[in-house]
Amino acid sequence: MENFFTRYKNPLVLMAVLVVQVIALATQVKRPDNTRESGAGGGPRLIRVWTVTAITPFERALVATGHFFRNTWHNYIDLHNVRRQNRELQGELDRMRLEQARLKTEAEQSRRLEALLDFKQRYMGPTIAAQVIGNSGSDLSHLITIDKGSFAGIRQGMAVITPDGIVGKVRGVYPLSSQVLMINDRESGAGVILEGSRLQGVLRGKDLGDLRVNDILSDEKVEVGERVITSGGDGIYPKGLPVGTVSAVGPDPEASPFLAISLKSAADLSRLEDVLVVTEIEEAAPAADGSEAPHRAADILAQRLPSVPKKAEDNPVPGSAGASPATAVKKQTAPQKISPAGQDQPPDQASPDQPAVQKKPGGTGTVKTPGAETHAVPVKPNRPQPQAPDQAVEKPPR
Amino acid sequence: MSFAASSTSREGIEVHQFGWPTSIGLPLLAIFVQVFVSQWLGFIKIFDFPLLLVIFFAVARRRPIPGLITGAAIGTLQDVFAHAVIGLNGIANTLIGYLASSLGVRIDVENPGSRFLMTLAFCLLHRVLYLMIDRGLVGANEPWLWGHTLVSAVANGLMAVVLFAALDRLKQRP
Repeated sequence: MENFFTRYKNPLVLMAVLVVQVIALATQVKRPDNTRESGAGGGPRLIRVWTVTAITPFERALVATGHFFRNTWHNYIDLHNVRRQNRELQGELDRMRLEQARLKTEAEQSRRLEALLDFKQRYMGPTIAAQVIGNSGSDLSHLITIDKGSFAGIRQGMAVITPDGIVGKVRGVYPLSSQVLMINDRESGAGVILEGSRLQGVLRGKDLGDLRVNDILSDEKVEVGERVITSGGDGIYPKGLPVGTVSAVGPDPEASPFLAISLKSAADLSRLEDVLVVTEIEEAAPAADGSEAPHRAADILAQRLPSVPKKAEDNPVPGSAGASPATAVKKQTAPQKISPAGQDQPPDQASPDQPAVQKKPGGTGTVKTPGAETHAVPVKPNRPQPQAPDQAVEKPPR
Repeated sequence: MSFAASSTSREGIEVHQFGWPTSIGLPLLAIFVQVFVSQWLGFIKIFDFPLLLVIFFAVARRRPIPGLITGAAIGTLQDVFAHAVIGLNGIANTLIGYLASSLGVRIDVENPGSRFLMTLAFCLLHRVLYLMIDRGLVGANEPWLWGHTLVSAVANGLMAVVLFAALDRLKQRP
């Protein structure tokens, strides 16, 4: 018997182990399915509970570690993606900003051109639209360059305006561009009217680009804020265009007893982009009613473009406002040198400080600026004007 | 013990022993990897690390009783975590441990080729035993899945070549 167990020790142990396991298995199979699946019951359940309970802390630690590494990895991947996405979005943002700036520029240009077109449609005279492409680059010289020249029909002396107000006049014409002398240049000049008081003066530029209206006596009442418009008598700027508003009024220390009237330009002369060049001045035809029929042509012209006495002694009552424009014209229609309107005069023909007003037969004066710029401007009839010795009488205005 | 000693003295086959940390720690680690790590590394499920350890310990010790007891313990523990009927893997691994230890006495199981073929055969046998017990004793109807069984057996055979070579360093001479 002892030899039997010794000889078949291994198979017997195997059988014993298998029998135990089969019994345990049969015990589990005998129970209902739901109980067996849930692990409920005696021995098997205890084994499972103990084992699972013992292994759960390790399982939780493993899961936590796995989650840590997985989250770390995902965070790294996410961070990498976020950086890449951030770069892409940054590039997209830059492109959108550029696009926005371009659209904004185009919108502003569209608004400017729309306003310019609207003004051009309302303004009956023929004009040529041009763009400002350059300037003088100096604070003492106020010149701009426009992209239209003689090929486009630009001629010297043409007025340059914007819907806001006058800008200047064409001084140099080239085939594809032109040079415009702005009204705030010290060599520039224009005939203007104070809209409220109807006082006429000469618009001049100062050294630093300020605007000044000269030749108005100090006893005249000029209000700050009063609008100033073109008189139209200079033959360059159409009549009635805004020039600016009076910003300051005071006695002119350089030319007593005249006023020094400072203007704020109606057009933003420092930010010009689109301008109109007036190629032809069309003045409105006077009303053809019977009341004006008896007037003489000289009187009509004198009323429209009155002049001033040549010298103070020519007027028996100095500073008299009651002098007739026609009388003044009659007194100053002496034979004078005739020069085409708008053409430049030699610099030595004008006083360096004051523009020389040259009488025209029809009452139009020519302002000679120190820089050889000559403008046909209207002058006030009761105002003494300094005269150059060699005055030139230009042809009557159209 | 006597069987191992007599086999060694009669056929000149080496009998190895393992320390307690190895004998307990490796099966626990194998079950741990099989049950928990496979949740994140799905390809591990194709292997059966507890079965591979049963085979390794059995053929290394070349003693049937320690081999079948190791198989019973590892199989039962595997059943615990499998949330199935306890005894399916226990009975199958008991038989595999017994047969592997008996086989190790007779043939050389140190060669990689023989290790691959032996593991392949034991994996197939384990599957057959498992399904026989499942269908015959438990009354379940688990499908055979011969294709998957064959692929799993080949994969375990290849893994055994690598794993056994690594575990050989843990062997201790008596």
